[in-house]
Amino acid sequence: MTRKTRRLWIVIACLACVGSAAALTLRAFSSNIVFFMAPSQVKANPPSPDRTIRLGGMVMAGSLHRINENGTPVNAFQVTDGQAAVEVHYTGILPDLFREGQSVVALGIVQKDGGFTASEVLAKHDETYMPKEVADELKRTGKWDPRFGKAPDASSWDTMTAKKAGG
Amino acid sequence: MFGPEQGHFALALACVLALVQFAVPLWGANRRDARLVGLAPYLAVSQLIALGYSFLCLIMCAVSDDFSVQNVAANSAVSKPLLYKITGVWGNHEGSVLLWTLILAVCGGAVSLFGRNLPDILRGRVLAILGGVSAGFQMFCLLTSDPFDRVFPAPMDGQGMNPLLQDPGLAFHPPILYTGYVGFAVPFAFAVAALIEGRVDAAWGRWVRPWAVAAWCFLTCGIALGSWWSYYVLGWGGYWFWDPVENASLIPWLTGTALVHSAIVVEKREGLKIWTVLLAIATFSFSLSGTFLVRSGILNSVHAFANDPARGVFILALLAIVIGGSLALFAWRAPSLTSTGLFSPISREGSLVLNNILLCSICAVVVTGTMYPPFMQLLAGRTISVGKPFFDAATIPLTLPLLLAMGVGTALPWKRAQLARTFSHLYAAAGIAAIGLVLCFWKLSGVLPIACGALAIWVIAASASDVLRRIGIGHTSAQGVWERMKHLPRSSWGAALAHIGAGITVLGLCGMSQAQHAIVEVHIGETRSLAGDDWTLLDVHDYIGPNYKAMQADIAIRHNGKLVTILHPEKRDFTTQSQTTTEVAIHTNFITDLYGVVGDRHGTGKDTTYVLRLHRNPLAPWMWLGGLVMAIGGAFSLSDRRMRIGAPKRAAARNMARA
Repeated sequence: MTRKTRRLWIVIACLACVGSAAALTLRAFSSNIVFFMAPSQVKANPPSPDRTIRLGGMVMAGSLHRINENGTPVNAFQVTDGQAAVEVHYTGILPDLFREGQSVVALGIVQKDGGFTASEVLAKHDETYMPKEVADELKRTGKWDPRFGKAPDASSWDTMTAKKAGG
Repeated sequence: MFGPEQGHFALALACVLALVQFAVPLWGANRRDARLVGLAPYLAVSQLIALGYSFLCLIMCAVSDDFSVQNVAANSAVSKPLLYKITGVWGNHEGSVLLWTLILAVCGGAVSLFGRNLPDILRGRVLAILGGVSAGFQMFCLLTSDPFDRVFPAPMDGQGMNPLLQDPGLAFHPPILYTGYVGFAVPFAFAVAALIEGRVDAAWGRWVRPWAVAAWCFLTCGIALGSWWSYYVLGWGGYWFWDPVENASLIPWLTGTALVHSAIVVEKREGLKIWTVLLAIATFSFSLSGTFLVRSGILNSVHAFANDPARGVFILALLAIVIGGSLALFAWRAPSLTSTGLFSPISREGSLVLNNILLCSICAVVVTGTMYPPFMQLLAGRTISVGKPFFDAATIPLTLPLLLAMGVGTALPWKRAQLARTFSHLYAAAGIAAIGLVLCFWKLSGVLPIACGALAIWVIAASASDVLRRIGIGHTSAQGVWERMKHLPRSSWGAALAHIGAGITVLGLCGMSQAQHAIVEVHIGETRSLAGDDWTLLDVHDYIGPNYKAMQADIAIRHNGKLVTILHPEKRDFTTQSQTTTEVAIHTNFITDLYGVVGDRHGTGKDTTYVLRLHRNPLAPWMWLGGLVMAIGGAFSLSDRRMRIGAPKRAAARNMARA
């Protein structure tokens, strides 16, 4: 075994491994990338029901209620980004940091009827955290300017009109 | 005596000492001045003493409830139990950075004390590099995150700690994980010193390997503990979320595992030198980036409790200097290192090369999956994420050949091997693996769990049979076996144990892939069944803890009418922070975990219902048990004489083992 053949073997092994790693990565990317969508984006062009997405927004105050489906408790609540609200159904125990009027990220699929079935609900440890999209959207529509204090209560966003200049 | 000002002064002193420790030995080594180089160990030890004193001051501030210290006021409270007052010191950003630098200083001290057999110049340079890194982090601590900052006026009581962190698991998790991260600074320093010197030989491999193995043991334990913590604290029934912060610890573990193996080739065969040096640099770079990822807020995560983008800039600069500098040095000096050992692809070296390639491929996949989303957000402005499905699909197929090779590798001789001969040693193991495969078909569902399960059994059987063959079980008398057992190098025992540990972990993961759970809403006294067990909610009662109010449920679990256990899951309400936490109740018999969580209470009076989540997690404890066995294997091979002293006994021991 000379140095050259050994190097050849190592190069072949490297190429095989790195190649299969790249192939696996690409394949996994194409089917498993999860896009983040705000409720208004979901309303505007709903993703296909076989596609998992992350839905982020604020839980609308007063929207949380429970449905009992054959003994299994289902949490239902509205998630809003100020433009539109999506009804989310989640079977399970909501995380300890879940609060109405605070931000939430739900992982799941959009049903044909426009509702969202979550397989996982994440609430952020940090209570001031708001998904960047939601914050940007609120700023864009003029409903909230971070320079003037905390975000308004989420229950009012959908009915709020854009603030007057200087207001 | 132990006030914040003294602590602050000691920290500044340590920083100055670290800077001197960086500059003087390097300069001395260049001038071949033995006196200057000889200063390095003294500087390292005095830096350690100063930093230790500083850390002690911070602990004293927390214990004595000195709320004039900003850090204590923000993270502690009078009502907090003493243990958490102490562990809370490193449960926040400032304290954890101080702990980080303290551990780095401990590493420096360890090199000074245990590195007496190193050539003076090499030891001086290694300590200098460690001092440089230390100085950078201490400056970071002093300039951007001073743990001793005072606040005026001092509040009457602190704000308390995040209740999620009030847990014994968190007391030990960060120090162990950090020791793993920081421990790889020593191989890094050795690599940089070797590059400056322009020489890597078998002796270098022998010196660097114990440090890499030690750091690897701690990192393994740290990851296992972290996974266990999220299993029983977060209450989601999960153990690994492929979260950026978890990946940040897995990435250096993968390269570190590769390093531990490739250093063997340097030591035994003087091959793979450049590669090993690169791995040492990469592992520590990934460790540093891991800290950076957690601290900077670039990657938001469920585990990160100290996000601050402003500090990110400082850390980024620090990273650029350490990683960029060492890689530049590598590019400049690495071509002067040449390998001498030749080997055929089918040999121990060949299998170690394969191990390295596979581990690094897995590492590349994990890095891609972790870094792609933030980069996409930065470049294309789209928020995407990848989760468990991605990582499972991309990494598990690469793990299969790794497991296959793990079983064969230790049975191969150095230089050149005959496959037929090697396989003749592995018949028994292959037979056990075949039985395992049948067992997996019976017990598990899904192609990947079955394949992984069978291969894990193969790894365990092959590693065990390799050791049994070496000690001569079956063809030597009992006396002979005892003799051989005594003379078989401890590193062989260690390697076998570590491989068995990996197999146990994989089996645990396979078992967990079959976990079942149910979410139910029940009245008191109602029974639900899950996978053959009947779960009955007996009672729910409230009580008041030291700094929280709790609701505790009693859930009886019966199997075929026989009482298995009564679980007491809780939901705790921390009044100071207006946060609730979930206390999971777990019953384990080391084969299956029964895992209960109590959720919300609904309704009043007779109509009160409770939401419960019930899990049945087969083989769950094996995941962490395997991690522990791996770490014990590493520790065992650390105790090998050859790891510490030169190699005079090596040939003798090997001959005895092979005889």
